[in-house]
Amino acid sequence: MIKTFKLGGIHPADQKISADVAVEQTAPEGTVQIFLSQHIGAPAEPVVAKGDRVKVGQLVAKAAGFVSANIHSSVSGTVTNIDMVQDHLGIKKKAVIIKVEGDDWLENIDRSEKIVGEISLSSEEIRKKVAEMGIVGLGGAAFPSHVKLSVPPGKTAQYLIINAAECEPYLTSDYRVMMEHTEELMIGIQILKRAIGVSKAYIGIEINKPAAIEKLKSFLPAYEGIEIVALKKKYPQGGEKQLIKAVTGKEVPSGGLPIDAGAIVHNVGTTLSVYEAVQKNKPLIDNIVTITGKSVAQQKNLLVRVGTPVSKLIEIAGGIPENTGKIILGGPMMGKAISNVDAPTQKSASSVLLMDEKESYRGKPAVCIRCSRCISVCPMGLEPYLIKRLSERNMFDELETNSAHDCIECGCCMYICPANLPLLDYIRLGKTEVLKRKRNRKL
Amino acid sequence: MNIIVSTIVILSSLGVLSAVILYLVAQKFQVYEDPRIDEVNEQLPGANCGGCGFAGCRAFAEALVKSDDISALLCPVGGSNTMTQIAERLGKTATAKEPLTAVVRCSGSCEVRPGINSFDGPPSCAVMSVTYAGTTGCSFGCLGQGDCAVSCGFDAIHINPATMLPEVDDEKCTACGACVKACPKFIIELRKKGPKNRRIYVSCINQDKGGIARKSCAAACIGCSKCLKACPFEAITINNNLAYIDNTKCRLCRKCTPECPTSAIRELNFPPKKTIDKEPVAG
Repeated sequence: MIKTFKLGGIHPADQKISADVAVEQTAPEGTVQIFLSQHIGAPAEPVVAKGDRVKVGQLVAKAAGFVSANIHSSVSGTVTNIDMVQDHLGIKKKAVIIKVEGDDWLENIDRSEKIVGEISLSSEEIRKKVAEMGIVGLGGAAFPSHVKLSVPPGKTAQYLIINAAECEPYLTSDYRVMMEHTEELMIGIQILKRAIGVSKAYIGIEINKPAAIEKLKSFLPAYEGIEIVALKKKYPQGGEKQLIKAVTGKEVPSGGLPIDAGAIVHNVGTTLSVYEAVQKNKPLIDNIVTITGKSVAQQKNLLVRVGTPVSKLIEIAGGIPENTGKIILGGPMMGKAISNVDAPTQKSASSVLLMDEKESYRGKPAVCIRCSRCISVCPMGLEPYLIKRLSERNMFDELETNSAHDCIECGCCMYICPANLPLLDYIRLGKTEVLKRKRNRKL
Repeated sequence: MNIIVSTIVILSSLGVLSAVILYLVAQKFQVYEDPRIDEVNEQLPGANCGGCGFAGCRAFAEALVKSDDISALLCPVGGSNTMTQIAERLGKTATAKEPLTAVVRCSGSCEVRPGINSFDGPPSCAVMSVTYAGTTGCSFGCLGQGDCAVSCGFDAIHINPATMLPEVDDEKCTACGACVKACPKFIIELRKKGPKNRRIYVSCINQDKGGIARKSCAAACIGCSKCLKACPFEAITINNNLAYIDNTKCRLCRKCTPECPTSAIRELNFPPKKTIDKEPVAG
């Protein structure tokens, strides 16, 4: 029987238009703006100053604390400034601005095509390397990977799960990694296995990617201790908690981490960058970004240097089509419509989606008809309509008792709502407020 | 006949017995409440706005009666008048406080602060502020969805459809502070009402550097410190590229207003200035 998670979920149309487009490199040019906070946790502290010359892969900002990540230069050139830069949502964040001059890499980065299969480092050394190279989760949340690899005392990791679900419509960057870097991915999984000390890894992949499943299967004999778990196509299968439930049948308790269920989940893209960091000494300076949309002239999967403006990527894909209603960074379900196209990409960028006016139209909100469809599709077992109403009325204690903070913001409720209610908008508001109150209570 | 008599006797004795029990219980569990609380409560406006910091008028009345020193307490709706009346009734002293009013510190109307995107979510500033920076280039300014107007219990603040900015009605505003709490951008501030409602304030909270602030909004404070130099009373301070006028020090001399290159300093309800003509006098 094909596995999936039990609670809720929806079936949006696949729309993987750019799936068969091979990944292209983009040449760095102009200026790049590298944010000091591209991850969950404390912003990194800059170690370069205005006027410094940097090479590709050179450290520009150091992690400030355990839950933080190093930031490396993605280009070679001169640091022109360290200043506040508007991100894709118009919020100003500190960034290192580098003017590109040539493409001069650090000598110790192995840029050859050769695949290095032998893992020489120990578990502790791998963790250190991952932290040093500034690897963060590329599944969307950008959680520093070395934190995930450090199993807290008193807890044991039983499962390593590789998230290859890519359940969001349109996105194909993980699919391209699986198709083009299968062997590197397998080695990456072995590295992760060694780092957390488990003997078996599971690759959770949805059955709508048969070519990728075949490709992965062909490498299984050479790499032991890896199992491919084919999953039913259902959104949000790629959510960490949903994937753990689907693969292992275990549930992460409310407010807990995956390790509480004995699982550690890493995304396909993260696994590849772990391989590159450990075996090739390459920091996380580029990632694969899908440029897609129904009316986009050329569908693209691009290997993009961190800090490249979004507008440049759109240009490569043939510019903004005339009937564009929204430009979304990320997938159509969880991504955010951007207000600033000149914003630089970040480490965790997965896609630039150009939606036409008709597709991005949200519909006029009516009144709740109490059909309870939002409840039946919620993968976290929440009551979206209720949380929305409580949030509208600033009833924060009740929001907390109704577990508003457990919402994963997958957007299933809003997708299914026949009354077009802005459920997630209000739930996000309530969730932010509840988390703020919880934090204050802890202090 | 017999049945009727016995019924009446039994029922009335039951009634008397219950009354006695109820009386005894009431005596036993009686809670003494100061009768003055009710009287004070009646003197209060009864808006239950929470502007005093208590949960409604009755809680405030209780606090007034119970605390010895009521000089720190104030009902912003009733103002000094109500407070002195209550103080007289309670035999305590209330210090006179200057009336306050809500002030909107943003002048980014549609003309000076052009929109760069549109928002199709629910019309709520709170939702908008957790989603992104806003429809204009300024990430500090008014979002224009009217959470302040919704929060106002006195119908004193409204969004002007021409500028998409909230405007405060001085007559109706009681300075209860509901809008101050409702604004997710912390734009609204309670300031002294001033003599004849005359006020001077910096109508901007943009903390960006001058160039960036100016780019997103033509009426933004650019932190040029011209007003700082013009002020003879040291009422103006500049922090994070933003000027702020301390209304306890400001004496409404109006020397700063003409200095401001972006007209971010706003003066309200002043008579028009005598124009010092630079043009040659006709004749």
